Amino acid sequence: MHFIVAFFLVQYAHSVMQHTDHASKWDNFFKYARIIVFSLVATYYIAASPDWFGWIWNLGLLGLVRFFNQNDDFKSIRSTAQSVLPFVGISMVSDFFEQVFPKFYNSYDQFFQIALSFAFIFCFVIWFYARKQQKVLTQEREERLREEQIAKETKLSLEYLVAERTQELTQQKEELQKTIEELKATQNQLIQSEKMASLGELTAGIAHEIQNPLNFVNNFSEVSVELCQELEEEIDKTNIDDNDKEYIKGIIGDLSQNQQKITHHGKRADSIVKGMLQHSRASSGEKEPVDVNALADEYMRLAYHGLRAKDKEFNAALVTDFDGTIGTVNVLPQDLGRVFLNLFTNAFYAVAEKKRKLTEAGQLGDYKPEVKISTKKFDNKLYIRVSDNGTGMPEHVKAKIFQPFFTTKPTGQGTGLGLSMSYDIITNGHGGVLEVDTEEGEKTEFRITIPIA
Amino acid sequence: MKILVVDDEEDVKSLFEQKFRREIRAGQFEFSFAFSGEEALEFMQKHPSEVVMILSDINMPGMSGIELLKKIRADHPSAPPQVMMITAYGDAANHDQAMQLGADDFLTKPVNFNELKEKLLLL
Repeated sequence: MHFIVAFFLVQYAHSVMQHTDHASKWDNFFKYARIIVFSLVATYYIAASPDWFGWIWNLGLLGLVRFFNQNDDFKSIRSTAQSVLPFVGISMVSDFFEQVFPKFYNSYDQFFQIALSFAFIFCFVIWFYARKQQKVLTQEREERLREEQIAKETKLSLEYLVAERTQELTQQKEELQKTIEELKATQNQLIQSEKMASLGELTAGIAHEIQNPLNFVNNFSEVSVELCQELEEEIDKTNIDDNDKEYIKGIIGDLSQNQQKITHHGKRADSIVKGMLQHSRASSGEKEPVDVNALADEYMRLAYHGLRAKDKEFNAALVTDFDGTIGTVNVLPQDLGRVFLNLFTNAFYAVAEKKRKLTEAGQLGDYKPEVKISTKKFDNKLYIRVSDNGTGMPEHVKAKIFQPFFTTKPTGQGTGLGLSMSYDIITNGHGGVLEVDTEEGEKTEFRITIPIA
Repeated sequence: MKILVVDDEEDVKSLFEQKFRREIRAGQFEFSFAFSGEEALEFMQKHPSEVVMILSDINMPGMSGIELLKKIRADHPSAPPQVMMITAYGDAANHDQAMQLGADDFLTKPVNFNELKEKLLLL
């Protein structure tokens, strides 16, 4: 009986422990426990079933229960293990009576046997019940594990989905940002071209209004010069004292000179007005097939020699890089020529200025003024670049160069209409783009892009 | 030679008088002035067949130079004066219209007086 209880207790404890985290730790312990149980039962039969052997069993069982009680790893089997205590207790009491009061024991032998049997059955009922419960627990645990596994998988797939969505959103966001930037750029361009258009109209309007009074100024000042000459001639006919004559002639001379100054400055204003009027007529005329390379070359030389005529010292390398495959392109030849003239005049002016400044500072070194024109036909577009290694422009100048009347040249040398007109000709006249790229003190590059129908 | 100058700018009068001072003194030219198309027609009615030459601005308030030209060509077919149009807008459309309506010449402002003088002396 003791053997069965001990054997099943060890067996039960082991099977429970196998489901916990400490299984491997106690494997050896259970192996030895089993060996001890078997050796005890073997010893019992070898020793011809001595009565006192029950005590060894009982003490062994008590030791085992105590051991389970003291070690925290066995918490889960403690209560079940304790179910052997009634059996051990009754067995000990019955053994005690059997040996100390054999008479009393013999007369109540059956009671003791029945009590022991009940305790024995009680053990197994408890164990059986515990096993059943444990099975349910195990099942529950497995179910939980399975659920956890499913949850983990769901979580993984969700995480993947989230990552995918996040990436999609990021991409969308980037695309939107790009679109917004493009929109902003387009808006700026629109504002710019609107500004240019209204300024152009205003300019033309002003020009018309100014031209008439300006014509009077010029005409009257001219005729006054003639009148002064006449007056001088008339004075000679009179017999005024020579000294007085000289004095009067002096005054007339001054007057005449003043009138000439008025004429001179009037003419200056007139050329500005002419420029403004040209501005308004920029996109008139008919488009015709033109050899753009030849046109550019012609105006490059024209601008160069124009500057040479004013400044004999001036010199610059003219570099051309023409795309021979362009052939003829439908453009407004006079207008485009004007654009070329403006761009080249500016380019030559920039290199001349840089040379002058470097010479003044004594740092000319090996600076070689260079003005370059390159053309390229590609993808139904005509690309023209006019670049120079001249003075370049600071940012605030670059921002204003296409505005009418903006000039950096000294008074009287530039009207500030050249680039504004060029802009108008390229954008409105040809549906193209005129852009500028510059580095202060280093270089400037104007880029024309014209769509070829 | 009697010349009628039509222009809404009154200073044109003194300008012409000064520019052509010698010729006026020498009796080569005789200038009259009208400051609108209507005034010009009125003048021509008062002085029929006197005016040999008309110099007219095109852009005037009221009757324009072109309308004046039409009226002259319609009302005075028998003794047609020479008509020279002057305008600030020297574009082809303006020029062609004036010539088609019977203008004898076309000048753009600012007027080159030496050229004008030569042209007048040729008549």
